[in-house]
Amino acid sequence: MAAIFPALVLLLWETLSRAGVLSEDGFSRPSHWAPALVKALGDGTLLTQTLETFGAAFQAVLIASILGIALGAVLGLFRPLERAAQLTVDALRPIPSVALIPLSLLVFGFSREMSAAVAAFACFWPILIVTTASVRGVDPRLLEVGRMLGFSSGKIILKLALPAALPGILVGVRVAAGIAIVVTVTTEIVTNPRGLGHGMTMAAQGLQPDLVWATLIWIGIVGWLVNWGLLRIK
Amino acid sequence: MKRILWGGAGLGLFCLLLLAWKLAADAKLLNPLWFPGPDRSFAKLWEWIATGALWQPLGATVWRMFAGWLAACAVGIALGAAIASSSLARKLLQPSAEFLRPLPASAVLPPAILVLGLSDAMIVFVVAFGCVWPILLGAIQGFRSLEPRLVEVSRLMNFSPWKKAWAFQLPSALPDIFAGMRVSIAIALIVTVASEMLSSQPGIGYLMLVAARAFRSADIFAGIIVLGALGFATNYGIQRLEDHLLRWRAG
Repeated sequence: MAAIFPALVLLLWETLSRAGVLSEDGFSRPSHWAPALVKALGDGTLLTQTLETFGAAFQAVLIASILGIALGAVLGLFRPLERAAQLTVDALRPIPSVALIPLSLLVFGFSREMSAAVAAFACFWPILIVTTASVRGVDPRLLEVGRMLGFSSGKIILKLALPAALPGILVGVRVAAGIAIVVTVTTEIVTNPRGLGHGMTMAAQGLQPDLVWATLIWIGIVGWLVNWGLLRIK
Repeated sequence: MKRILWGGAGLGLFCLLLLAWKLAADAKLLNPLWFPGPDRSFAKLWEWIATGALWQPLGATVWRMFAGWLAACAVGIALGAAIASSSLARKLLQPSAEFLRPLPASAVLPPAILVLGLSDAMIVFVVAFGCVWPILLGAIQGFRSLEPRLVEVSRLMNFSPWKKAWAFQLPSALPDIFAGMRVSIAIALIVTVASEMLSSQPGIGYLMLVAARAFRSADIFAGIIVLGALGFATNYGIQRLEDHLLRWRAG
């Protein structure tokens, strides 16, 4: 059942394309996509680009996790600080991640770090918010025990608060991983000459519409698989 | 009283961070080529406002963002209602929707440019494409979860399917739809700015990218402030609209 609707759309597309209603330069026939996809997979370009995109996204999640969990743990443990920081968080969070592309371009130039920095900004907020909430929800008696045993604040955070809050934090990291891939591809499409996004832009500029559509399908499959995998981890 | 005190503390911390940024910029701890300091950033923003240079690009960005988002709202709600009310439509269309949802909206840009060219219509289309999924899935969820008692009532009163949808299903679906709309307005801003940068259409996004190529960092920061304010304002506006339309829920 699931395949009927896409199959009908592709069939209609192919027919209109052959009849000359849809322009070849833009729409490209679906029957041309498969060879383009196989070729791009076969010569390794698509896989190299995918690894590049994933590398940048992974870097982003890593940076955002370190910063978000550290700051979230502090805000979650010290309620007054959290309330004071609320305004700053509310002011910075609505900044759309892509607004940082020009800045990141200046600082990092065309590089993997450029995409990673922009994506890390987008990933930071869900991780920070979820960590703050989970650490705040840790049983206060547990922290009390730590204090009675004479643990330092750092030790209380690392040994007691964070392990107890871990399930919640992982939810935030999972959400961030999905965001990281979307933002990385966006950065690559807009400016950064790397990865899957750039592959598509190049194919479009080189007037290879079949490769553009094939890459889009590939991004769809990869994105769907990542999403599915992330849900599985739960 | 307590709230005012906490608000003051929040403002204090925010100003402290601004001051730290200013001191770091003045002490050249941050490369002045990249980080201009808050004074120069806000001065640039004020210059844009005073000379009126801000309004045309801002207007273009806001227009594209809302045109795409509103189109997505219309399509998402209508399609969601249709999919929710027919199990056949659900089986046919929902898997496709689930497949398309995680697709980065910006990935549609290159093919959209091939088909629609570098135009406003292309950007509005891509924005709408990116925005439609959360609204659609929210609408499907909302229209399906009608309370059984209301289903009973509509049957007893012999409501037509249209009347049932309008009088019962839409109001009960609104919270889910609004949740999708709030996610979507943030997507709309991101996709609009990304599209402007890629397609060189006049707007805040394009303005900032040109500034980056010319190493005018104050312009970049002024742009970041404008886009942050736009993101804040749109989110706040929808929140207020939601509170207003759903005020019956609290009672």
